[in-house]
Amino acid sequence: MVELADLKTVGQPNWCPGCGNFPIWHALKRAIVELNLEPHNVAIFSGIGCSSKMPHWINTYGFHGIHGRPLPIATGARLVNNNLTVIVVCGDGDGYGIGIGHFIHAMRRNINITYIVTNNQVYGLTTGQTSPTSDKGFATKSTPTGVIEMPINPIALAIASGATYISRGFSKEMKHLTKLIVDGVRHKGFALIDVLQPCVTFNRKNTYEWFSERVYKLEEKDHDVTDKQAAFLKSLQWNDRIPIGLFYREIRPTYEDELPQIAEKTLVKQRIEDIDIRALMDEFV
Amino acid sequence: MENNSLSWKIGGEAGYGIMTTGLIFAKVCSRAGLHVFDHTEYPSLIRGGHNTYQVRAEVEEVFSHVIHVDLFVALNRKTIDKHKEELAPRGGIIYDGDKIPLSKDDLGREDVKLFPAPLLRLAEESGGRRIMINSVALGASVALIDFDFEMLSGVIRDVYRGKATETIEFNIRAARLGYDYAKSKRMGKDFGRKLPKVGAKKQMLLTGNEAVGLGAIKAGCKFYAAYPMTPASSILHFMAAQERNFSLVVKHSEDEIAALNMAIGAGFAGARAMTATSGGGFSLMSEAIGLAAMTETPIVVVVCQRPGPSTGLPTRTEQGDLKFVLHASQGDFPRFVIAPGDVEECFYKTIEAFNLAERYQCPVILILDKYLSESHKTAEEFDMSKVKTDRGLLLSDEELEKIGEFKRYQFTETGISPRTIPSQRGGIFTATGNEHDETGYVSEDKIVRTKMVDKRFRKFEHAEREIPEPKLFGPEDAEVTIIAWGSTKGPIKEAMKLLDRDGMKANFLQILYISPFPTNTVSKTIEGSKRTVIVENNKTAQLASLIKEKTGKEIEHRILKYDGRQFFPTEIYQRVMEVL
Repeated sequence: MVELADLKTVGQPNWCPGCGNFPIWHALKRAIVELNLEPHNVAIFSGIGCSSKMPHWINTYGFHGIHGRPLPIATGARLVNNNLTVIVVCGDGDGYGIGIGHFIHAMRRNINITYIVTNNQVYGLTTGQTSPTSDKGFATKSTPTGVIEMPINPIALAIASGATYISRGFSKEMKHLTKLIVDGVRHKGFALIDVLQPCVTFNRKNTYEWFSERVYKLEEKDHDVTDKQAAFLKSLQWNDRIPIGLFYREIRPTYEDELPQIAEKTLVKQRIEDIDIRALMDEFV
Repeated sequence: MENNSLSWKIGGEAGYGIMTTGLIFAKVCSRAGLHVFDHTEYPSLIRGGHNTYQVRAEVEEVFSHVIHVDLFVALNRKTIDKHKEELAPRGGIIYDGDKIPLSKDDLGREDVKLFPAPLLRLAEESGGRRIMINSVALGASVALIDFDFEMLSGVIRDVYRGKATETIEFNIRAARLGYDYAKSKRMGKDFGRKLPKVGAKKQMLLTGNEAVGLGAIKAGCKFYAAYPMTPASSILHFMAAQERNFSLVVKHSEDEIAALNMAIGAGFAGARAMTATSGGGFSLMSEAIGLAAMTETPIVVVVCQRPGPSTGLPTRTEQGDLKFVLHASQGDFPRFVIAPGDVEECFYKTIEAFNLAERYQCPVILILDKYLSESHKTAEEFDMSKVKTDRGLLLSDEELEKIGEFKRYQFTETGISPRTIPSQRGGIFTATGNEHDETGYVSEDKIVRTKMVDKRFRKFEHAEREIPEPKLFGPEDAEVTIIAWGSTKGPIKEAMKLLDRDGMKANFLQILYISPFPTNTVSKTIEGSKRTVIVENNKTAQLASLIKEKTGKEIEHRILKYDGRQFFPTEIYQRVMEVL
């Protein structure tokens, strides 16, 4: 049995005290334990930002890559080793800003990756600039007079892009978030877990209190997770009431399911010495 | 009369199957045992532009295209107007006499042989579509050089394999009508240039890109991701077609950024992985090149150059990206840059690229250009005894068990640290684009930083000692030493034939491994040369500049061309003669 101690690393998180990343970190480790995933069969990929340091503090294989690109890196790894549990953790800058193109394509291909976006609606590690999910009017160093654009709506975008597991968690609801991650990893296909993650240093608007007054759990509201239209309507709720939990789930073949070349044996286990190309060369004669 | 050589060229409007027709003619010559080099020119559009395909077939080995044409197939008037200067003395033109009024007076030349044939009428008679004028012209061409029709019909069947039986039969019928027409008019006798059938030697006819693809498959490339971009796209097409036959995953990704990052993910996970692109796509990949270097992830990147900057001339050729690939991405880190010069090197060096990437755990860049990527050349089937697989310090589970505490980036004498891949128990680590300590943990410690930079470069010091020395073609004592890299190898070897014919002693130093740079050999060669000439298909003589940087030595003479076209051997010959 895998235990929390198995996931312990020498280094410890260096996030600000009270950072919304701590509960996400705990939830992810608990999910791995609950799923009984052996650490060496898990790989956690991340981008750049406060939350993207997380792979260093969980004792699994990890890849702390470059800004916005964890999904392509994770996709390559997953396609050559489909026995690996692949989890991506990154921020809203990575996921919904610089890397939003990869996000949409990963969803439409329904690759079996669990995508946890720690969404604090601000750029933390670069000391407080606007993010793609900052509320309209949010004043930051890069938008001193307030953000002009509408924020990205990741849940609505995911519904439109063909993701097959679409959910939102909240840092303060760690048990609830743990279950979302557990179910997301168990789900065969692309699982989005957008996490409302207060940044205690640079976002003085969307605080724990602000969210606590607004969030409610979809599970408690008789929401049908197979109803795409209902999910879309729920995805549009923000200012006064903010739903968390599972918005939508669908069973569709994964990208990997459509690749007969990896059905029997994962690519990294296939022998590469002595590949016979004589017949292929003959085609050029 | 039999001749030992023929230069044949078909020209016409894009959309008239010029590329397929040219390939069929080239393959007919190749199967006759002749050495073939072919060369295409086309603008960046799908319909209506002017396309040409030149096939050079000779008894002796050929390494490049040539400027002259012995037999033209002009599918339209424009081909004649545009290319008549290229027609060799007593050269012939096959054209549609019903559509194009043409006389020797029009051309202002008495020596030209005119072969009017009712191409469209015969295409229609064959029952096929208008486009089959290309097959009619093929039939006439093969009749003119006095090859058997069966040689042509066999190639048509093979090249069109997979198409509807009806399409294949229409094309063969159209070719037959063209063949019979030419025979009935005794055109071959008038043309007077037969090609010999050398014998049933088994040889391939393939492009540089196809050779790269073959090399990648042989090397055990299990993951290939790319975004289409001329002239690299044909590698993607080749790999995609083999995906299920050789059990690999080929991903046409959303962009080049994703392509290289996916390949890095695959490399990290333990598969041999590759991507290919042209300069524009490589610009997008620049950041990830540094990531591969920092995380010490093996990766092979093929850059097929075309003229820039920006979109440039998308379907033409140039060698303008050497300095770019040598320096792309921020920071100081070593990378391999290898510049194959022909299809054989494309194959063997691709395999070597995978070995180097894993042995040294770093990015390896193969640099080609449109001319090498898309020109076909005959080659003997590649020799598998020359090929080996070296996966470097990839720890087995047993080896890993013996190691107490595994450190992915352990400081070693060679700088190379043993590596593990996900799913290996006891091999857990986190790779990071940040500077890190031996365990992989992010570190900004000044001592660790210095040692890590040194470790990455130490690998390369080791590599410098192991890469082969550059090859010197021609006599040791020469009047002139040509120095070049990449696809100019072919035209240079041809120019050397011309120089030799004139009794001029020239030799040629080909820089195949550009990084690490073979400083000593290049330096000594320059010192021992009477005259040095650099030949590059770019404006600024990028290799000459690198030679200056590495050796402190100036190359005396520069032969440069940057009009988007490859050197003709005669151009190099003439310009070398000016130097002498």
